[in-house]
Amino acid sequence: MEDFVFLFRQPDIDRSKLSQTEMQVIFHKWDNWFGGIAAQGKISNMGIRLVAPGKVLKAGGVITDGPFVEIRERLNGFIVVKADSLEEAVTLAHGCPALEFNGSVEIRPVSMSEQLKGTLLAS
Amino acid sequence: MMEENEALKQLFQKEFSKIVAVISKQFGLQHIEIAEDIVSETFLQALETWRTKGTPANPTAWIYKVAQRKILYHFRRGKIFAQKIVPNLTLNQEKNEEMASLDFSPQNIKDSQLQMLFAVCNPAIASEAQIGLALRILCGFTIYEISKAFLSNEETIKKRLFRAKEKLRADKVKMELPPEKEIEQRLDNVLHIIYLLFTEGYYSKTQNEVLRKDFCLEAMRLCLQLTEYDKTNMPKTNALLALMCFHASRFRARLASDDTYILYENQNQDLWDTALIKQGTHFLQLSAKGNDVSSYHVEARIASLHCQKEDGKEKWGEILHLYNQLLFLNYSPAVALNRTFALYKAFGPQTALAEAKKLKLENNYFYFILMGELYKNIDTGNAKASFLKAYSLAQTQTDKQDLQKKIDNLI
Repeated sequence: MEDFVFLFRQPDIDRSKLSQTEMQVIFHKWDNWFGGIAAQGKISNMGIRLVAPGKVLKAGGVITDGPFVEIRERLNGFIVVKADSLEEAVTLAHGCPALEFNGSVEIRPVSMSEQLKGTLLAS
Repeated sequence: MMEENEALKQLFQKEFSKIVAVISKQFGLQHIEIAEDIVSETFLQALETWRTKGTPANPTAWIYKVAQRKILYHFRRGKIFAQKIVPNLTLNQEKNEEMASLDFSPQNIKDSQLQMLFAVCNPAIASEAQIGLALRILCGFTIYEISKAFLSNEETIKKRLFRAKEKLRADKVKMELPPEKEIEQRLDNVLHIIYLLFTEGYYSKTQNEVLRKDFCLEAMRLCLQLTEYDKTNMPKTNALLALMCFHASRFRARLASDDTYILYENQNQDLWDTALIKQGTHFLQLSAKGNDVSSYHVEARIASLHCQKEDGKEKWGEILHLYNQLLFLNYSPAVALNRTFALYKAFGPQTALAEAKKLKLENNYFYFILMGELYKNIDTGNAKASFLKAYSLAQTQTDKQDLQKKIDNLI
């Protein structure tokens, strides 16, 4: 099993326009989707969720608020999953709620040296 | 006579751990076996004396006095007293007596028991042996009772306990609370052993119902002790206690007349112990202090929802959320199965089936029971195949009979 990172990106949602119930629905969608991966014993690290707005620092000291113009999507957070191959990791990523909100999941293998470090730290 | 024996047995169970703890605190954990022997001898003497002379007005005081005399005699006679205790004493005879006299004040009993709890729940010993030691030294169960619970024989249990005590000696484990900065980490282990002790009682394979319940009550008593001391009265301690209260509240309801278990869905809710549910709620509230969310918190919350009589999609949605949390903290096949069951109750069999198929628990008996239940109303063929697979994995005759009933009930 190797570690793969899921990077979640999706267009900004104006949370102030959402009702409490709608927020709850979104929360449970993510919670249950994560739960489905966890039930297979394939979560390596629950990662973190990010909130907007933030700042982007660019070369020359230019500071912007984002968003990341080219894709109009914000990084929303990440988790680390365990899978035998990149293909299996992609299969796991199916059904991700980000897709419902016109977002995406980027699946990236974790560099071997990082994994080794993680194993050493855990032992 | 039978009644008197029973009363003496209960007194033994109540006092054994106290006396052993007090003696071990005073003379050191390396003398734990002597302490055990002295308590046993004391009770043997009680049995004989009381039979002829009748039970004294204050049996506990009698027991303490005799145990005290026996320990004094033992150490006077033995080398230990000469080599280890006398050199530390002045020639004053009074002091001599004082050194060997045992302090049975409620406070000292309490302190000694707490220290013993930390000494026994020591990660240096294998966890199975820790549970055995806890049952013997902290709860006063006999070797026979412990062997019953573990479906083992007395000889094996004796050996296991002996090795554990050897390990305590070899590692020079002391009767003291861990230093302040270690206490939290050590507490985790103590709580874990209490949790296993409770589980051993709650899900035990033994048919002895009284014993099972006693295990659970003892686990709760030990946890309650931890809540009475500031440094161990942590949110997670209260969470574990809450969890045990909620589970124990269904003790009567889950038991059928023929000693088999009644599944949650078929339990008579009137048999739930409302006083214990109230206690559970009380400790659950205390556990909410601070930001710490342990698996005991999540499990206690799930157990509290199971103690609510109303049943509906909303409740199961919350249970599902909590099982998700539990999986994020720690994966186990049992939690994965419970989570899938909650998914079924909240979103129906199709959704649950899709997720259940991904679980890959190929040789898990409970997995195939769950699959059978999920298929039951949508695909009889697959339901039957699942139940048959579970049947082939079943370990006991009762389990097989239950499955046969399920298969026969399929349309």
